[in-house]
Amino acid sequence: MEFFRIKRDIPFMSYGKLTTAISLVTFILAVFFLFSKGLNLSVEFTGGTVMEVQYQQAANLADIRHRVETLKVGEVQVQSLGTSRDVLIRLPNKEGTSSAKLSEQVMSLLKAGDAGVQLRKVEFVGPSVGEELVSHGLTAILLVCLGIVIYLALRFEWRLAVSAIIANMHDVVIIIGCFALFQWEFSLTVLAGVLAVLGYSVNESVVVFDRIRENFRKPGMRGKGTAEVIDNAITSTISRTMITHGSTETVVLAMLVFGGPALHGFAMALTIGIVFGIYSSVLVASPLALALGVKREHMIKVVKPKEEAVV
Amino acid sequence: MNRFPIWKYLVIAVVLIVSTIYTLPNFFGETPAVQISSTRQSATVDTALMARVETVLQQQGIKPAGLFLDGNSLKVRFNDPDTQIKARDIIQQALGDTYIIALNLLAASPEWLSKLHANPMFLGLDLRGGVHFLLEVDMQAAVDKTMERYAGDIRRELKSAKIRYGTIKRTGNTALEVQLRDRETLNAAADKLARSLPSLTFSSDDQLFRLSLALKPEEITRIQSDAVSQNITTLHNRVNELGVAEPVIQQAGPSRIVVQLPGVQDTAKAKDILGRTATLQVRMVEDDPSRVAEAMAGNVPVGYELLDEATSRGVQKILLKKDVELTGDNINSAQPGFDQNGGASVDIGLDSTGAEIFRSLTAENIGKRMAMVLVEKNKSEVVTAPVIRSEIGGGRVQISGSMNPAEANDVALLLRAGSLAAPMNIIEERTIGPSLGKENIEKGFSATLWGFAAIAVFMVLYYRVFGLISVASLGVNLFMLIALLSMLQATLTLPGIAAIALTLGMAIDANVLINERIREELRNGVPPQSAIQAGYGHAWATILDSNVTTLIAGIALLVFGSGPVRGFAVVHCLGILTSMFSAVLVSRGIVNLWYGRRRRLTTVSIGQVWKPETK
Repeated sequence: MEFFRIKRDIPFMSYGKLTTAISLVTFILAVFFLFSKGLNLSVEFTGGTVMEVQYQQAANLADIRHRVETLKVGEVQVQSLGTSRDVLIRLPNKEGTSSAKLSEQVMSLLKAGDAGVQLRKVEFVGPSVGEELVSHGLTAILLVCLGIVIYLALRFEWRLAVSAIIANMHDVVIIIGCFALFQWEFSLTVLAGVLAVLGYSVNESVVVFDRIRENFRKPGMRGKGTAEVIDNAITSTISRTMITHGSTETVVLAMLVFGGPALHGFAMALTIGIVFGIYSSVLVASPLALALGVKREHMIKVVKPKEEAVV
Repeated sequence: MNRFPIWKYLVIAVVLIVSTIYTLPNFFGETPAVQISSTRQSATVDTALMARVETVLQQQGIKPAGLFLDGNSLKVRFNDPDTQIKARDIIQQALGDTYIIALNLLAASPEWLSKLHANPMFLGLDLRGGVHFLLEVDMQAAVDKTMERYAGDIRRELKSAKIRYGTIKRTGNTALEVQLRDRETLNAAADKLARSLPSLTFSSDDQLFRLSLALKPEEITRIQSDAVSQNITTLHNRVNELGVAEPVIQQAGPSRIVVQLPGVQDTAKAKDILGRTATLQVRMVEDDPSRVAEAMAGNVPVGYELLDEATSRGVQKILLKKDVELTGDNINSAQPGFDQNGGASVDIGLDSTGAEIFRSLTAENIGKRMAMVLVEKNKSEVVTAPVIRSEIGGGRVQISGSMNPAEANDVALLLRAGSLAAPMNIIEERTIGPSLGKENIEKGFSATLWGFAAIAVFMVLYYRVFGLISVASLGVNLFMLIALLSMLQATLTLPGIAAIALTLGMAIDANVLINERIREELRNGVPPQSAIQAGYGHAWATILDSNVTTLIAGIALLVFGSGPVRGFAVVHCLGILTSMFSAVLVSRGIVNLWYGRRRRLTTVSIGQVWKPETK
């Protein structure tokens, strides 16, 4: 079995304009949704209380909402969670009241309505914690980018490093844009997923760059232009790209299907991230590197001092 | 051709054996158990206690599945949860309040595995159910309390040195100002205070005759770290009462404390106990025989109270006046020590107000007994009731007499830990019910299983023998990862399980890279043995690069993440390391064993290698 029977190098670089346009449009759309709709941040970031309760029979959401609203804590969200028996209740932080006590008050109110209700999960986060998480999250993203750029610049060349990280950020922004567009909950676990994509997707660019460097060194490739060398590199790794990503996507989809609500956001971030990861590493990173003017000399330079050292 | 030196096979074999041993405990499941431990040194957990527990259980007709001492605790296994709960009640009745008796789940793995410290993975709260609190210590309150104490100390020092002074006021968060009459008293005051209060810095204003005192910066940090560590001690004592088997109480950042109580379902009770303020009271003992006799007969006189006193001879009744002379708020420190006769003692430091009260109290009651009462959870217990031999001034109190060193240690601990150094607020809470925890494990497990199965089927169909080898090395990777997690006892959370699944999905990348590379070499007409060699050789550099970049992201997550992110990052980073080992070394080892020895290898089973017709 061999899926990819490619006779000639595919001229990926000549599609550069088209792919850049597509990327730009999706990117702008993602940024637009991010600003117009905003992220549906989870309680971890915003502070507040989230409770998960389970009823013996189908829950009466209106009744639950009515009961919780008697506490007068502000906007209360009550929604069913997966099944009609599981209910999610969100309460905002309220100044002055001991928020840790809030969940107990809610439970006693609910128990008054239906004694069979069971508390499954409570999460309470104070207001200061959320701000810290946001700043830590941003620092983490920044440091990951910086670390990757430095490593790639040392290992390859700064032009490749920069184009890889731009391609990557493009993925991250698109994932976050999707979360904004569909108003999926953006939690800490989703953030972990996004950062994992950042590490994972660079992976892909590295494989292509590795091939580009190798091609530059090959005697048979000497007469060819940079665009052709890159085309050849992408073509010869495309089979591996598709199979690897297919495998990872399979696992992530298994997580999406079987992992339950707790892993849903995480799996979703990765699902989108991997799809865009394939696209961006092949069709965004390489044209960018070409546009930044990467040449044979840039890549061979890295090798020369090593050879001298041996002699 | 493709052969490994013997040592490489040995390394692989050793890693495989170790991984298998440390993965094993995870398959045995858990048995219900009762765990008995003690925080008091006077109540030791030893073989005598073990024998006692065994006989008590035998009398009630319960046969434990096993008893053993583990560090400072005694663990008793049972065959089912019903017996466990019954046994808990029996043991509780027999041993009383001196010991902490908690329900626990113990790994059911055979003893030889436990002896190797091979334990199952340590599950996080989201998998086993329980409560997680993040508490913030109110540092301002701690500083305020200290400043008030210093103001009192200054007042007392100046009074005792007969230096006249005006007002003492607080001029800043950590600064005080004393108004004096003239230059002479200013100098005398500065001199006196500098000697007795070394933790302050002094500066005097000669024109206005003002003495400014400020806390040294190191003193401020000391106050804060003391406040946190005292609160942690207090929390430990309180959590012990909850009977939690493996509580986690840790400092998290300069002013925060994490409390994790696995298996606790009654969060209301947990919050109540953690937030409770325990107080110490000093009260006078009534030793008049007629009154004591009357009280013992069940007729306690008005204004008196009959309380329990825990001594080395067991619990005794003691009659106290209801008037509280002094409370624990005035205690600054309590340390175990020795008196001049070499007997065990507890040395208590009182603040200035406390010292004054104590001085007059002792002066008026020489020859009588006073009692230190710890009031917690609406339950009063007499810690100690010594005889007052002389007037005690200066705020330094030594309690000695009917104590052994272990008891002195306990009393000091109770006095110190009885109250919180500064109030705390719960700033984060997470409660997960046990059924949800179980569901999370099942879901995480099935996600991993299906993901693995799908990849395995595809790899075998697509790459044939090489696919099989890839799957085998992926399996080894999974084993190694689980073994590593079990060995390190790193906390496994639901995001951690997600990381295991994701690691598998990503680890296959290395194998795909290698297999594709070999196919490519074969396509170019390279003979199989060299194709294998070249495939692994070329792929290695790429694998290294791509894994290092992934590792960079993983480490950043580990450093900056908290809670679920960190749980993910730990497993993710470990997974990257194990996957590099298994994909490169283990899969190559199998390939070498399978194909490496054949001199005339004409074909390898790596699926169909398609060649373009143009070539």
